[in-house]
Amino acid sequence: MSSPAAMNGVLLEVEGLRKSFGDRPVLCGVGFAVRRGSVFSVLGPSGAGKSVLLKCLANIEQPDEGRIAFEGRTLDFADREMRESFRRRCSFLFQGNALFDSLTALQNVALPLEQTTRLSRTEVRQRAMEALEQLELHEHADRYPGMLSGGMQKRLALARAIVTQPEMVFFDEPTAGLDPLRRNAVFAMIAKYQLVFGFTALIVTHDVVEALAASSTVGLLYRGEICFCGTPDEFACSEHPLVQSFRDSPGALRSTLETLRRGGRLPEEEA
Amino acid sequence: MVASIGSYTVRQVRGLGDFALFISRSLGAVFATRRLAGRVARAIYEQGFRCLPVILIVGMFTGLVLGLQGYYVLNRFGSAGLLGTLVSLSLVREMAPVLAALMLVGQAGSALAAELGIQRNSEQIAALDTMGVSSCGYLVTPRLLAALFVFPAQTALFVAVGLWGGSLSGSLLLGVDPGIYWSSVQRAVESEDVRECLLKAVTFGILTISICAYSGFHAHRIRRATGARAVSAATTKAVVVSSIAVLAADYVITSFLV
Repeated sequence: MSSPAAMNGVLLEVEGLRKSFGDRPVLCGVGFAVRRGSVFSVLGPSGAGKSVLLKCLANIEQPDEGRIAFEGRTLDFADREMRESFRRRCSFLFQGNALFDSLTALQNVALPLEQTTRLSRTEVRQRAMEALEQLELHEHADRYPGMLSGGMQKRLALARAIVTQPEMVFFDEPTAGLDPLRRNAVFAMIAKYQLVFGFTALIVTHDVVEALAASSTVGLLYRGEICFCGTPDEFACSEHPLVQSFRDSPGALRSTLETLRRGGRLPEEEA
Repeated sequence: MVASIGSYTVRQVRGLGDFALFISRSLGAVFATRRLAGRVARAIYEQGFRCLPVILIVGMFTGLVLGLQGYYVLNRFGSAGLLGTLVSLSLVREMAPVLAALMLVGQAGSALAAELGIQRNSEQIAALDTMGVSSCGYLVTPRLLAALFVFPAQTALFVAVGLWGGSLSGSLLLGVDPGIYWSSVQRAVESEDVRECLLKAVTFGILTISICAYSGFHAHRIRRATGARAVSAATTKAVVVSSIAVLAADYVITSFLV
């Protein structure tokens, strides 16, 4: 029987997630819900715990406390069958792409199919080539990741993530270290392929403008807690002081620079 | 003081338990990992063919030196005719398995630790886990299986080249009759010696490749080092611990078999 959350179209539900490294708490009771077929962005400054949150959800890190439910079923990663089922239905796109540099583009995309399915070699090759074609990389199938541009590597990582036709894809800082044009291109790519393949996306990022444009729901993570969760429109007109300071950070920089030019001091120095 | 000794001991015991789990997980993945044959063949190429030059060179010089030293010692007692016996037994029982293993640790083991360390750093190992692929099965199991073939083969090659080196220095340079040299080799080496040699080679292979793989695989756990420094520390640790393990295991095996 499905839980109320699953019946409401919620695919992933997180409640009271806590994680500490030694004495340093990183996540202090994070909770949110991601609806099926939506794009959910977790915004937050560097060091807010965004990547740790994603690693807890992908079972790379073990949370100290809390509940993660997928389709209404609480995940118990110690249960091998449940863990494997979750991994079959979800994919993870790493900040640095995590591509195997000793494998060609085609071999990288074929890897999860080869190792986790019983498809024949021909079928694996065919499906991997299809994924490469959908991401316009089929001409580079025999090239190694090191021979591809940054944007192509990102698309290759996405091709590998979607080749198993997951229901949900986790994106860890997909635009880290990219210039504004490439940032736009990456978010456009995520939005385009999310529409094409229909997966649910959870994006962790600190790019406010791009995330607001590409997401259906936005959460703001600050000091290990979700302090805002709503639609991009709600985020844009929220009166919440943290949302305001995060949203208005470009304007704040301009005013700080003008203060400095007039011979003033940095706000931190004044404090 | 007592607390720090205690915590160090607990860390070491936990590390040993973790290492045992790592080996059992890697060996257990033999049946669960798909398309293993291709990866084993590649690992055999990496460990075997790439290390061939160093094995040939070190084997030749070891044989040459054993021939020279053996001749001068035996000649004092008028027993230069036993040069073949001395060279062959030294090589088969001790020097070939130990030196071949140390050479393989230096070349293949360090490369393995560094490769896995970089893969850990660049999240490739985490990527495998999130894909539902056993990272131990995909990255470590083929190397362990390859070691079962490569270490005995390289040791046998080391013995062959070493015997030839001994004959070169003994017969060509010092005048020992080649017929006497090779017939004493034939008489001296018995099947037990060959069995001991191969047992040592297989043990050293599993031990060193496991240690190197474990060290690289857990490069992120190196204390007070991250990134490139962690990979460098993991590689150094892999080579040092493997070398000590080879010598310690050699002593244990020899003391049980002799």
